[in-house]
Amino acid sequence: MNFFLFFVFLLPIFSLADAPEAWQIGFQDPATPIMQGIIDLHHDIVFFMILVLVFVLWMITRTLYHFHYKRNPIPEKIIHGTAIEIAWTITPSLILVLIAVPSFALLYSLDEVVDPAVTIKAIGHQWYWSYEYSDYSQSDDQSIAFDSYMIPDDDLELGQLRLLEVDNRVVVPANTHLRLIITAADVIHSWAVPSLGAKCDAVPGRLNQIPLFIKREGVFYGQCSELCGANHAFMPIVVEAVSLEDYISWVSNKLEEI
Amino acid sequence: MDSVTAQCATAPVVLETAKLDPRFPQTNQTKACYVWYNEMYKCYSQKGQDDEQCKKIKKDVRAICPDEWLESWEEHRANGTWWGKY
Repeated sequence: MNFFLFFVFLLPIFSLADAPEAWQIGFQDPATPIMQGIIDLHHDIVFFMILVLVFVLWMITRTLYHFHYKRNPIPEKIIHGTAIEIAWTITPSLILVLIAVPSFALLYSLDEVVDPAVTIKAIGHQWYWSYEYSDYSQSDDQSIAFDSYMIPDDDLELGQLRLLEVDNRVVVPANTHLRLIITAADVIHSWAVPSLGAKCDAVPGRLNQIPLFIKREGVFYGQCSELCGANHAFMPIVVEAVSLEDYISWVSNKLEEI
Repeated sequence: MDSVTAQCATAPVVLETAKLDPRFPQTNQTKACYVWYNEMYKCYSQKGQDDEQCKKIKKDVRAICPDEWLESWEEHRANGTWWGKY
């Protein structure tokens, strides 16, 4: 019985969500230090936001109450006050500076690429993603390369996520510094995975580099995030983070195929 | 083929990729790809294709440049329409 109760009440709390849920209003669970930082910054800013909101609402309520036309037909009691002018200019600036400090710290940490062990190229096409792993091939000019298409509704198996599942997932090692090179072959796309805190435009003729450090194994879902044409909504991204040993055996298998 | 023979058939997979280049610290790595590619051919012309250093540069170039870009540049070389010095 206790076991059953655990499943009913606690599992939804402890199981991690790396894909969107219906009517979701919060973030997906973070899997990288970057996403953790983004969520923490959000909470920090919401703290200030609520303080400001409560203060402003309080001021509005008081003003409406005290300066009601029946209670106070001639409102002009104070025409000018230097002290209050200085106070309501300096205070918001200080709040903005307080928000700016952690915000910039996070911003600059986002594109800090730590000496990577793996480079993966993600290339946006109309309308699918293709990936290249060129670190391993023995012979010249051959990479592990594959296309990653969405699985259509009719082919979905039980438990697979509609409009999010792909035929070939990007397999990456967890707890390893990764470098992602993002580009496109036709129009602008955007490679985005919420749980990883990754969102980077894929621009034809340009290579954008983002760092990834996935802290746990799992399957992370994302979607193209730059309007790229008719099937923009049907080119999802699936990242599968596995242990280092599993990654190496996956690479070995892929090398066999080419 | 079982997994043991599969592992024996290929050389062990080494987790190694292009190091960060202090000349290109930005998000935009387009120039890193192009400059490294030219440096690869510069190396070839000075030291030959089998030089260890050239091989290293080649590995780095392949790590970050999309295969399609390299193919089109190689095509220009083959056609004699390459605009670079080397």
